[in-house]
Amino acid sequence: MAAPAHLQRLEDESVHILREVAAESERPVLLYSIGKDSATLLHLAKKAFFPAPLPFPLLHVDTTWKFRDMYALRDRVAAEPGVELIVHRNPEAERLGINPFDHGSRRHTDLWKTEGLKQALDAHRFDVAMGGARRDEEKSRAKERVFSLRSEKHAWDPKRQRPELWRLYNVRKHPGESFRVFPLSNWTELDVWEYALRESIPVVPLYFAAPRPVVRRPGGWVVVDDERMRLEPGEKPETRVVRFRTLGCYPLTCATESRAATVEEVVRELRAARTSEREGRLIDHDGAGSMEQKKQEGYF
Amino acid sequence: MSATLTRLPAADTLRVATSGSVDDGKSTLIGRLLYDTKAILADQLATVERDTARRGGSGMDLALLTDGLTAEREQGITIDVAYRYFATPRRRFILADTPGHEQYTRNMVTGTSHADLAIILVDARQGILPQTKRHAALVALLRTPHVALAVNKMDLVGFDRAVFERLRDEFLALTASLGFESVTPVPLSALEGDMVVDRGTNLDWYTGPTLLQVLESAATTRHIDGAFRYPVQLVSRSRFGERADSRGYMGRIESGSVRVGDEVRAWPSGVAAKVAQIVTLDGTLETAGAGRSVSLILDRQVDVTRGDLLTHAHDAPVLASEFAARLAWLDNTPLDPRRAYLVKHGTAVVKAKIVAIEDRLDIHTLQPIAGDTTLSANDIGRVRLKTARALPLDPYAAVRSNGSFLLIDEATLATVAAGLVEEVPQRG
Repeated sequence: MAAPAHLQRLEDESVHILREVAAESERPVLLYSIGKDSATLLHLAKKAFFPAPLPFPLLHVDTTWKFRDMYALRDRVAAEPGVELIVHRNPEAERLGINPFDHGSRRHTDLWKTEGLKQALDAHRFDVAMGGARRDEEKSRAKERVFSLRSEKHAWDPKRQRPELWRLYNVRKHPGESFRVFPLSNWTELDVWEYALRESIPVVPLYFAAPRPVVRRPGGWVVVDDERMRLEPGEKPETRVVRFRTLGCYPLTCATESRAATVEEVVRELRAARTSEREGRLIDHDGAGSMEQKKQEGYF
Repeated sequence: MSATLTRLPAADTLRVATSGSVDDGKSTLIGRLLYDTKAILADQLATVERDTARRGGSGMDLALLTDGLTAEREQGITIDVAYRYFATPRRRFILADTPGHEQYTRNMVTGTSHADLAIILVDARQGILPQTKRHAALVALLRTPHVALAVNKMDLVGFDRAVFERLRDEFLALTASLGFESVTPVPLSALEGDMVVDRGTNLDWYTGPTLLQVLESAATTRHIDGAFRYPVQLVSRSRFGERADSRGYMGRIESGSVRVGDEVRAWPSGVAAKVAQIVTLDGTLETAGAGRSVSLILDRQVDVTRGDLLTHAHDAPVLASEFAARLAWLDNTPLDPRRAYLVKHGTAVVKAKIVAIEDRLDIHTLQPIAGDTTLSANDIGRVRLKTARALPLDPYAAVRSNGSFLLIDEATLATVAAGLVEEVPQRG
C-alpha cells in the first residue's frame, strides 16, 4: 500500500529528530509512559537506528496506579531484545503511600510524576529526555519547542527557549542543563492512530471498546481496575462498553462510551470525533493555566 | 482494511504562516478557519463559550480559540510562534501563527522559515500599511513561494467591491517584483464567516477562491527538484546488508533525490564514492527524494563523519570559509564582531567570526543602509562571515536547505540569528 504522504512526512521528521538527539547528547533517554504516543515514539526509534539497536534506554516513571493492562504491555516491551527499560518509583511517595484518594490528584501527580521524573533524570544523569507529547494536545503546548531547554533544576524558562528555524536545531547546552525533546510535536491524535494502523504498533487494549466495570464521576466514567478503587457510599460499579483516548493513573483517567473495538474503528471514530482527548484527563482541570504551571515545575 | 478507510485520499501537508496584528482580526480569522473546518472540538468550544461569557460577551468569541498563554506573554517569551493543526479531506495544514506586535520580525522569520504559503492580513478599512509591505518583503526574503492576501473586515466597509479591488491592485503592484509563484487576494469577513471556509452570502460579486480553497490548491514546495543535499547525522557501524564492514550514513535528504549507483561526493573532503544501497527498516529503496530519512551505504570505505554533506558529484556546492549572508537578528543582545559565534549549517557546527557588517535594512523602506556597526533584535542586515573551516554552501536563493544556517553565541549558546547565504565565492 502506498503510504499516505503526511504519515511518511511525519515519520521522516521524527526519525530526523531522534537521530539528532542520539548524535548530540551524552546520555539520552526515552520517556516511556506505555500509552499510544510512547508506543509510537518507540516504534519510530527502532526505525531511526535500524539495523542498530536502540542507542538509549527507556524510562518509565511509575506511580503504582497505572492500569494492570499497562503494566502487562510494559513488561512485554521490556522483554524485547535490544530494549533496556528502567523503572523509577519515587521512594518518598512510596513511603508516604501517596494515592489519588487521600492526597488528591495534584499532590499525587506532583510527587509521583514530577518529582519522580526529576529524581530519575538526576540519578542517571540523563541530559536529554525524549517524550511523546504533541502540540495539538493542549492549548499551552502550541508554542512548545521540539527541543525544550531546561535548567539544572529542570525548570522551563520561557525567555531561554530557542527559536526553531527551518529544520535546524541548536542542541548545544551548558553542563547540568538538559533538553526535553518532543519528536511527535507535529503529530495529531488522528495521525498517531492512522500510523498505528499502518505500522501495526501494539498498544494497550484499554484504547479499544469492551465491557468494563465503571462508576460515574464528574469527569466521566472511571474504570474500577483493581480492589484499591474507593467507591463513594452507595456507589456500585456497573458494566459499560467504554474505551480510553488517553491513559494515565486509573483513578484519574476517564473512559468514554464507544463501540470502537479495533484500531481501524478508532480511526473512523476519531474522524467523526467532536471532543478532544485530554477531556478524559482529570489533572488538566486542576485550575486555570494548570498544564502551564505543571510544566514550569518540571512536569513533562 | 475496509473500503471506507482506503478510499480516503493520500493527503499531503501544507505549511502556512500567518502574519498580521491583533487589530487586523488575525485571532478571529484563525479561529474562524479552525472552527469552520471543524478542527475545534466540543469540549474546547464549551471552554470558549464560558470564557466569552466571563468577559461579558455572548455566544462565542472566536478569537479566544487561539488566545494562548497569557503568562508566557507576560513573562516576555522571546519567540512567540504558536502551531495549530487542522485538516480537510484534501489536505493537512500546519499553521504557524506569529503575532504582529513589535517583535514581529523575529517571530515572522521563525514562523515563515518553514512555510509553503504565507497569509498576509489587512484590515479593509486601513488598506495597505507600511507593515503590510514589510510583511510581504520578509516573506519574499525567506522565499516563501505563495502568498494569500486576506482583506479582512469587509463587513465594516459594506462588502464594497471597489474597496477590495483597489487594495488588490495596490498589493499586486507592490509584490510584482518580489518573485512569488502566486499571489491571491481574497476579500473576507472572519467575523461573519464570509469567504474563509464558506462563501457566505455577502460577497456574491467575488468569483475567486475562498481562503481555504487557496490553501487547498497551493502547490507544496518541491524540494525534490533541487540539487541533492544530504547532511550526515550519524555513522552507523552496524551490519548493513551482506558486507560486515559497510557503514550506514544516516541522514535526511534535504533537497533533491538520490538513486542507487549515483556518484556522490562527501564535503568538505570532496572524496567520491557510489551509492550502493538506500536502507530503511521497511526495506531497501532504489531511489529516495527530499524529506526522506534513510541510511546510505557507499560502495567503498571513505572517511565520512557527522557534519559532512553528501551531494551528487556533478552538482557540487561551493566550499567556502568566507561568505556573505543576510542575518535576521533574533537575540536581545546585539551583534558584536568581537564575540565568538558558531554556525550550524546542516549537521556541521563550526566557529565563526563576523568580519564586516555591510548593511542593515531600513525596517520602513526595506532599503539597505550602510555604516552600521551592529545588528539588534529584529534587524536584518548583510554581513561577511569567516568560518574556522570551509563549509559546502549554496546561496539560499538556489537551495533553501543548504543556504540557511543558525548563528549561535559560543558563550551563551543561544540562537542569536537566522542566516541566509547570499553570496559564495565563485568556484575556481
